[in-house]
Amino acid sequence: MFNYLEYVREKNLPHIWCSGCGDGIVLKALIRAIKKLGISKDEAVMVSGIGCASRTAGYIDINTLHTTHGRAIAFATGVKLAKPNLHVIVVTGDGDATAIGGNHYIHAARRNIDLTVLLYNNFIYGMTGGQVSPTTPRGKMASTAPFGNLEPSFNIAGLAQAAGASFVALGDVYHVQQLDKLIAAALQKKGFSVVEILTPCPTAYGRRNKQATPVDMMNWLKDNVILKDKLDKMTEDEKADKIASGVLWDVEKPEFTAEYDKLIARLKAEKQAKE
Amino acid sequence: MMQGNDACAEGAIWAGCRFFAGYPITPSSEIAEYLVRKLPRIGGKFIQMEDEIAAMGAIIGASLAGVKALTATSGPGFSLKQENLGHAVMAEVPCVVVDVQRGGPSTGTPTLPAQMDMQQARWGSHGDHGVIALSAASAQEMFEQTIRAFNLAETYMTPVILLFDEIVGHMTERMVLPEEGSVEIVNRRQPEKSPDKYLPYEKTENGIPILANFGTGYRYNVTGLCHDDSGFPTNDSKKIEANILHLTEKIERHRKDIIRWRELYLDGAEVAVFAYGGVARSARRAVKECREAGIKAGLFEPTTIWPFPSEEILDIAGRVKAFVVPELNLGQMAREVELAAKCRAEIHKVNRVDGDPITPQQIVDKIREVV
Repeated sequence: MFNYLEYVREKNLPHIWCSGCGDGIVLKALIRAIKKLGISKDEAVMVSGIGCASRTAGYIDINTLHTTHGRAIAFATGVKLAKPNLHVIVVTGDGDATAIGGNHYIHAARRNIDLTVLLYNNFIYGMTGGQVSPTTPRGKMASTAPFGNLEPSFNIAGLAQAAGASFVALGDVYHVQQLDKLIAAALQKKGFSVVEILTPCPTAYGRRNKQATPVDMMNWLKDNVILKDKLDKMTEDEKADKIASGVLWDVEKPEFTAEYDKLIARLKAEKQAKE
Repeated sequence: MMQGNDACAEGAIWAGCRFFAGYPITPSSEIAEYLVRKLPRIGGKFIQMEDEIAAMGAIIGASLAGVKALTATSGPGFSLKQENLGHAVMAEVPCVVVDVQRGGPSTGTPTLPAQMDMQQARWGSHGDHGVIALSAASAQEMFEQTIRAFNLAETYMTPVILLFDEIVGHMTERMVLPEEGSVEIVNRRQPEKSPDKYLPYEKTENGIPILANFGTGYRYNVTGLCHDDSGFPTNDSKKIEANILHLTEKIERHRKDIIRWRELYLDGAEVAVFAYGGVARSARRAVKECREAGIKAGLFEPTTIWPFPSEEILDIAGRVKAFVVPELNLGQMAREVELAAKCRAEIHKVNRVDGDPITPQQIVDKIREVV
C-alpha cells in the first residue's frame, strides 16, 4: 500500500473539494511522482494562485506558497531564480493561469525558466460558482454564459508551446497511470514544463452541461481524451471533439536560471582575469 | 557624485539585497539599470519581469527563499503592485518597494516631480494593515534610507515602501559612502525550534513572527488568506480578528523605533513648516530666510512618513500658532497634520500640481502671510 500520508498534511483534511472533483486525483498522482523521483520534501516548493486547484498547496507537506489570483508563476519565478536548487511546482487552474495570469504564463514559457506547471483545466471557474473561463468550449453553459458561451476557447497547451515552453503534455484524471508518467516527466525536465490536466467539475460545469454526475464526466474523459499517436491515425470524422493526450512537445533549449548562473560565472572569471 | 536613483540602488547592495525584479518606468528606471550591472557581479540576480504585478510577485517569492529583494517603480506601477503588496503584508514577507513619484492620476506627468502617492502608500492595498514608508531629501539620504528600509523590513517582517520623488531621484550631487563594515545591517531571524515544534506565525517576544527560508527543512504554508499561527487558512472568527489586529499592532507597537524626523529652528518657533522629500530642501532655505528676517519659523521634516508622527505633531501644535505644509499634491499629508494637531494650531497649505517644484519664496510668502 502506498503511504500518501507521508506527503499529506493530515490535520488539514478533509479537503474543501466537492465530491466528484478530480483535484484530489491530481494531488495523489503528484505525490506518487515526487516519491518515485525521490524529490526531497524540504527542497520542493509548491506555488499556487487562487481557485480550487490552487488549494492543493494546503494539503501537500512540502514548502507551500498560496499567492494571489493569476500570479503564481510570477512568485514562483522569484523563488526559482533566488534559489535554483529548489524544485518549484506551480499549481494553477484554467482561469488562474490563462485569463488573469495569462501574461505570466506566456512570459515564463518564453523565458524557459525551470518551473513545472500543473494546469488543472476544468473548463470553468469552479470556486466562484461556475463562470465562463478561457477554456469553456463554445456553446457550453456557465453562470456568465446562460445562453451558451459565444467565445472560442484557448488551446492552453498549444499556447505554452508557441510561447517557448520546452515541455508540454496533456493528461486527465481518468487515465491516471498516464498522468503519473506525464507529471514525473515534467518534474524531471529542465525548463518550463506544462502538464495540462483535464479534471471534472460536476458541481459548477457538469450540472449545467448534461454531465450531471461525476460518472458522466469520467466517462466523457474516458471516451474523448485519446493518446496523440492513436489520434493521429484516426479519420477527420473520428477526431471530432477528441483531445490529444500524452507528451505533446519536448525539446531541449537553454534554461533561464542556468543561463544566469553562467553569466555570474563569466563575470567572476573576467574579474579574476583582470586582477 | 551620484544620482539619487543610483544611490538608492547602491544602498540596496549595502543592505544585502541580492535580488531585483522590476519593469521599466520613468522616473525610476535608473535603479534597475544600475542593479542589472551590479547584481550578477556579486552573485545576485536581476530580472526584468513582464509587468509590474509580476515584479512584485517575484520579489516576494525571492524573499521567501531567503534572499533580500527589491523592486522599483513610479505611480502607475505602484498602483499595479498594490494587490501583491497586500500579500506581502498579510504573509509578513520582508521586501522593499521604491516609488519614485511622478504626477498622476493615470499616466499624468512621467518626467515631472510630484508627491501624489503619499496616501496610496498608506491605503492603496485593500484591507486594514500597518504600513512603513520612508522618504528622502538627498542622494545621500536615498542611500541611507534604502538601507534603513531593508533593516526595518527584516526586523518587522513586512514590506517597506520608499516614497521618493523625481526631484531627488534625478538629482546628481555629492555623497559620501560609509566605511566598509560601519553600517548596521539587520538580517531576519531564523527559527531555533526544531521543525516539528515550529509555527511560522507564532509571535515572538516582540510580536514579530519568524519565517524560515524555503529549503531549510521547515515546511510550512504561506497564504494571503486569513490564517492562524500555523500558516493555514482559518474561518475561526477569533483567529481572523487576531490575524488582522496583529498586522496593524505590529507596526503601531514599534512606532518609537520606526518614526524618525529632523528639526530646524523649531525651538520657539511661531510657525512650523512640515515638509518632506524634495520639497524639504526648499523648506530649509525658506525657514533660514525667515529667521534671518526675524520671523520665528521652524521646520519639522519627517523621514518616516508612515506610521505618521502624530504624537510629535500634537506636541508641536501646542507650541506654535500654525503649520505651513508645502507639498507637490493637493494636501495629502496636510490632512494628516490637521488630524494630528487636533485643532491646536492652524493648518496652511502650499500646493503645487503643475509639475514645477515649490520654491523657497512660495513657502516664505505663506509664512509671512500666516504670521
